[in-house]
Amino acid sequence: MANHKTQVTESRTIAVLVDNEPGVLARVIGLFSGRGYNIESLTVTEVDPRQRFSRITVVTSGTPQILEQIKAQLDRLVPVHRVSDLSIEGPAVERELALVKVAGTGEKRVESLRIADIFRARVVDSSHDHFIFEMTGKSEKLDVFIDLMQPLGLVDVSRTGVVAISRGPQGL
Amino acid sequence: MSAELKTGAQMLIRALRDQGVDVIFGYPGGAVLPIYDALFQQNDIQHILVRQEGGAVHAAEGYARSTGKVGVVLVTSGPGATNAVTGLTDALMDSIPIVCLTGQVPTHLIGNDAFQEADTTGITRPCTKHNYLVKDVADLPRIMHEAFYVARSGRPGPVVVDLPKDVVQAKTSHYVTPAEVKHRSYRPQTKAEDHKIAEAVEMIAKAKRPIVYAGGGVINSGPKACELLTRLVHMLGVPCTNTLMGLGAFPGSDPQFLGMLGMHGTYEANLAMYNCDVMINIGARFDDRVTGRLDEFSPRSKKIHVDIDASSINKNVMVDLPIVGDAGSVLEDLLAAWQARKLQLDQKALKDWWQKIEEWRARDCLKFEQKGQVIKPQHAIKRLYELTKDRSPFITTEVGQHQMWAAQYFKFEQPNHWMTSGGLGTMGYGMPAAMGVQRAHPDALVIDVAGEASILMNIQELSCIAQYNLPVKVFIVNNQWMGMVRQWQELLHGGRYSESYSAALPDFVKLAEAFHAVGIRCDKADELDDKIMEMIETPGPVIFDCLVTKDENCFPMIPSGAAHYEMLLGPEDKAGKPISEEGMVLV
Ligand SMILES: Cc1cc2nc3c(=O)[nH]c(=O)nc-3n(C[C@H](O)[C@H](O)[C@H](O)COP(=O)(O)OP(=O)(O)OC[C@H]3O[C@@H](n4cnc5c(N)ncnc54)[C@H](O)[C@@H]3O)c2cc1C
Ligand SMILES: Cc1ncc(C[n+]2csc(CCOP(=O)(O)OP(=O)(O)O)c2C)c(N)n1
Ligand SMILES: [Mg+2]
Repeated sequence: MANHKTQVTESRTIAVLVDNEPGVLARVIGLFSGRGYNIESLTVTEVDPRQRFSRITVVTSGTPQILEQIKAQLDRLVPVHRVSDLSIEGPAVERELALVKVAGTGEKRVESLRIADIFRARVVDSSHDHFIFEMTGKSEKLDVFIDLMQPLGLVDVSRTGVVAISRGPQGL
Repeated sequence: MSAELKTGAQMLIRALRDQGVDVIFGYPGGAVLPIYDALFQQNDIQHILVRQEGGAVHAAEGYARSTGKVGVVLVTSGPGATNAVTGLTDALMDSIPIVCLTGQVPTHLIGNDAFQEADTTGITRPCTKHNYLVKDVADLPRIMHEAFYVARSGRPGPVVVDLPKDVVQAKTSHYVTPAEVKHRSYRPQTKAEDHKIAEAVEMIAKAKRPIVYAGGGVINSGPKACELLTRLVHMLGVPCTNTLMGLGAFPGSDPQFLGMLGMHGTYEANLAMYNCDVMINIGARFDDRVTGRLDEFSPRSKKIHVDIDASSINKNVMVDLPIVGDAGSVLEDLLAAWQARKLQLDQKALKDWWQKIEEWRARDCLKFEQKGQVIKPQHAIKRLYELTKDRSPFITTEVGQHQMWAAQYFKFEQPNHWMTSGGLGTMGYGMPAAMGVQRAHPDALVIDVAGEASILMNIQELSCIAQYNLPVKVFIVNNQWMGMVRQWQELLHGGRYSESYSAALPDFVKLAEAFHAVGIRCDKADELDDKIMEMIETPGPVIFDCLVTKDENCFPMIPSGAAHYEMLLGPEDKAGKPISEEGMVLV
């Protein structure tokens, strides 16, 4: 009931279709910070230049009641067209891209390349003493890969955050 | 479309005119000079010059709440816009439709810390329903019409349109009418699904101890919704309570009305909420002033919640039947469904329920004793009500004990006659709001029930009242304390009255005179009626300084963090139970 404390926290991936107008991202982020909701990851870019639609994918967590609030609060923002909870409205594909820079020589360098190979990461830049790997996959897989690179000379990581889309023929 | 070239400012006036605007409340400055110039050259729209921008927003709120129309504000960039922020937040919390036009530095200077530049859209994003920065004069007419549409549709609220100076000076021939503008994304749901209506009437039909809890949303929906609410309550024969914001949605002197509920609501309303088995919430948002302790809030009832804003539902209180829709539309459907199915409540159960309610009512929780010549604040307000009720006055208030007493002792028979700052609780709201109300209803009796501390927060507006000869009556319940603060300090902080004394008060009678108004002072119970009559019969503005007992507390009261059944009915109750630690941190 009103007592959020006793409810379990869940993670959700929510897709929000918005008008690509100035301030719309600030509005969404301000909503989360102003109301104390969590943002685990947030990505945004224009997906339909003709109609000026942008798509925001936000991974958030909270009790079921809070999650309902988050969706209702997003939905009432004036420039929002659609809010879709991809975690519960049927199966969805979630992907994230990471660029991972590893510096080193000798044994460690060889080992990093070997692991990258197992994870199907691509080398997008290299020199005698560094690699940049590009890797796409579920966030957890990226986490594991980055963890493994830690002792091998990890110097920099850049991640996109999750993008997601529902499976099947239907659109948002 | 017209071929003639016009400035953005002229287009703006045209858009306002097409939106049916006949008055705007504002204050000039460098960034809005072109708009003031365009205003100067036309006669359709009157500009009311306030004395501080905060006053302009509250005046527009009073205008909007008393008419159901959108209130319009015009302020300059920088300090003009930041002064408007409190009013915008107030309008957001209380769902008041406002369009606030703010000047801005020219587009090429935005971001340069230019003179009187403020990031107005940034500052007002969290305190508006929506806002716009107009970067191209070609967009201006569309944005204006969108702003009005957004402000008044769905759950109403304030919308800011930020207008760089170069944009309002640029010329264009492009204009669109309101009818040509269709918003791309914003389409609130007003009609409820049929199956929800069916479920609702079935739930109601099984009730043995039902109650209708109606709020500001019914007023937002309009007078028709209030009429339908009254019809439904009469048809069912059930009790009805209103929130502070809902007062007037149901006739205040109707025998089925239990008065206001919540922290300073009546004993009967709160106990009926606690003990009911079916609660029908229409347009109220389970505010913390209403629910008290959440886990003890009406624990055994099934709850139906009708609200146009889905985010109001299941926010504080989980309900059994959420219905998203406009109060008027849903009420109409509920009435039709009930009649079509020829449903009947269990009359025996209802009779027992009313009997219980009458027992609570018999406690007469609002009783007080006026003894001797020192006026009790409750007595002052009750007399004010009795002596004015035949004139259907419009009442605004400031914030504090006087506000709660006005809510308790005035009975509002119709909607839109009660303007108060509920959600934000903004001291200084009442007098400018009264100006807006008076402008909308020039011949009506408009009274601001004020406290001596609150009134000083926007006292400069007396000058505006004088300029337009608005016959507003300011009735100051002068207890020489920030009474509400003093009350909490007495209850929660061991009577250590830190900074809550209203020291160095002005002579309000002389103050009135200085602002070309009439000042009346009353400090004897015997003279109260005559002096109130003198106030009412004075054709122009009046400040009434009503000196009352200094240490009166406002009861009933549910202390913060307490449940409905833990109400304090009077001073003798207060020693009863210490306030919990959890309660202490609540506001
Ligand atoms: C000192 C002080 C003490 C207070 N004490 C009390 C007290 O004892 N009791 C009390 O009740 N309040 C009290 N308040 C006021 C309180 O803070 C809230 O402002 C008030 O309770 C909210 O009223 P409401 O629930 O009717 O909601 P409102 O703020 O009026 O909100 C309206 C609701 O209706 C919805 N709505 C809007 N339009 C429509 C429509 N067309 N159709 C359907 N739904 C619609 C909105 O989405 C919203 O959920 C006090 C305030 C102050 C300053
Ligand atoms: C702008 C603002 N500042 C502070 C408060 C906190 N506050 C609430 S009531 C109150 C005292 C009001 O005193 P007065 O106007 O004399 O009313 P009374 O309670 O004595 O009737 C204060 C300071 C507020 N509500 N608004
Ligand atoms: Mg006072």
